[in-house]
Amino acid sequence: MNDQYTGPGGHNGRPLVRESRENLSFSVNREVFVSREIFEREQRAVFDRCWIYTGHASELRNPGDYKTRSIAGRPVIFCRGGDGQVRCMINSCRHRGAIVCREREGNARNFYCMYHGWTYNTDGTLRGVPGEDSYPPSFNKSGMGLAHVPRLASYKDFYFASFDRDAVDLETYLAGAKAYIDLVVDQSPSCRMEIISGVQEYHIKANWKLLVENSVDDYHLVATHATWLNYMRNSGVNMSPPKGSGLLLPTKGLGKDLGNGHLTTDNPNYRGRPVARWISVYGEEAKADIGAIKAELVARLGEARAARIADTNRNLAIFPNLVINDGSSVTVRNFTPVAPDLMHVTAWALGPVEETEAQRARRLYAFLTFYGPGGFATPDDVAALESAQQGYASWREVPWNDLSRGMGKNDEQTDTDEEHLRVFWRRWNELMEARA
Amino acid sequence: MNKPLDEVATVSRVEIEDFLFREADLLDNWRLDEWLTLLTDDAAYYVPPNDKPDADHRFTLFTIADDIVRLRERVIRLKDPNCHAEYPPSRTRRLITNVRITGVDGDTIAIAANFAVYRYRRGELAREFVGHYRHKLRRVGGVLKIAERRAILDAHELGAMGAVSFIL
Repeated sequence: MNDQYTGPGGHNGRPLVRESRENLSFSVNREVFVSREIFEREQRAVFDRCWIYTGHASELRNPGDYKTRSIAGRPVIFCRGGDGQVRCMINSCRHRGAIVCREREGNARNFYCMYHGWTYNTDGTLRGVPGEDSYPPSFNKSGMGLAHVPRLASYKDFYFASFDRDAVDLETYLAGAKAYIDLVVDQSPSCRMEIISGVQEYHIKANWKLLVENSVDDYHLVATHATWLNYMRNSGVNMSPPKGSGLLLPTKGLGKDLGNGHLTTDNPNYRGRPVARWISVYGEEAKADIGAIKAELVARLGEARAARIADTNRNLAIFPNLVINDGSSVTVRNFTPVAPDLMHVTAWALGPVEETEAQRARRLYAFLTFYGPGGFATPDDVAALESAQQGYASWREVPWNDLSRGMGKNDEQTDTDEEHLRVFWRRWNELMEARA
Repeated sequence: MNKPLDEVATVSRVEIEDFLFREADLLDNWRLDEWLTLLTDDAAYYVPPNDKPDADHRFTLFTIADDIVRLRERVIRLKDPNCHAEYPPSRTRRLITNVRITGVDGDTIAIAANFAVYRYRRGELAREFVGHYRHKLRRVGGVLKIAERRAILDAHELGAMGAVSFIL
């Protein structure tokens, strides 16, 4: 499967991403989805250079709370230390490498390595070494704490790690994505959102970049999600585009470039929002409550900002592998490349901490109507991505994916155009070519 | 709510087994409209998340938490050729064992059973879904029906199972 590469960003001097503004063409070589060499190269050029989503502050409420997970291929402990500070430490004993915390989550006073019994405090410092007196004088216990990821920073409770010590600061990195995170966070009266318990972890037998595309590509909705559209129609929701509008969907949304490879859709809502737009799926009894949620937004933020939050859907892709879908519910979806043709997806639901039981139940119900491995839509996305991946076995004969949709339009780029997908690819290509 | 098993006068394990085996046969043969007739008009269907198998769907994100309205819509979806995840339909085979009556409360019978469901699609290795059922059955006009259907997976994550796009 792997051929020899000559140029850092291309194959035999040919580019992997090809754009012509004169000919209005944009194409991506399918080799980027199948090549082991490109996969290894992007681990270094993309995942070791960018800020990678690590977790949310609400997952670590109390001192000692921790989650173990994999960030950019490394096992880490995402932990709130006894001192209240959030850290992200490499989950590998400094002695001989064993995983020092083998549980998914919990509350710890220390981390105990089961191999030789070294013990670490929740701030990572080495606390105990059995038979310490047999170590030579040169053994420096204070320098043998758990390693920390080189950089850890948060924006509005979303924590990101970077393995690049020289990375720009997180807020600079997030660029225009910050304003779209704000639109999510402002849904809470106290601006505190929380990860809701229950995590969806599943594999997709496809390249991770396909899920970036899929998460923000509204062009696929009508074909891929025909059964979901049918379900919404059966529930009394109008899913038809206005006559003569030329649209594929009921409203005209936009695709936007947020800088640094981040992008979003920005669509007038037609499919309901827990905060705060009622549709018939929620039931008549929910109408007044959703009205009250909207009224709180208006009182706190004013009419215009309240409408901005309540009446638009936004699928936000933060480069490279975090998606926050603020649609029928809010989902935080993170995906890790495992092989050229395999990714691991982790998805959570996010909601305002103030929600009542009824509001929370409604949010979760709305989530499962569309999202997740048992939802009415996500399984068909998975089928589409796996189908594309299977098609790429013919990458030598049919080398190029077309992403030219919307090019040459004079007006704004819509959510069913592909300019926002091109934003991702340009940044990916730039990072791949920058790595000599 | 569970009463001692010696009060279980109106149902036998054999009857429950026959019921579950018939249900499995309908599902494995994609006779989904007939399968719906096994459910009460207020039935619910749950697949809890792998990390919180004992959780309540009102507070925790499940894999599936359908009321009867959405469950009927799920069947409409599964019968539609545009249900791409299940078109062509998977071949499934479910093995159901260790059937027990765990309690009776009025007309509601709580039952438990283990399951292994093998799912086959063309060109793919088999995907195995292993776990246990915790159902609540109810007699409606003398006929056993499912009022609550809970399929709890043993795996720590869905992982290579991928999606739960068929009725588990």
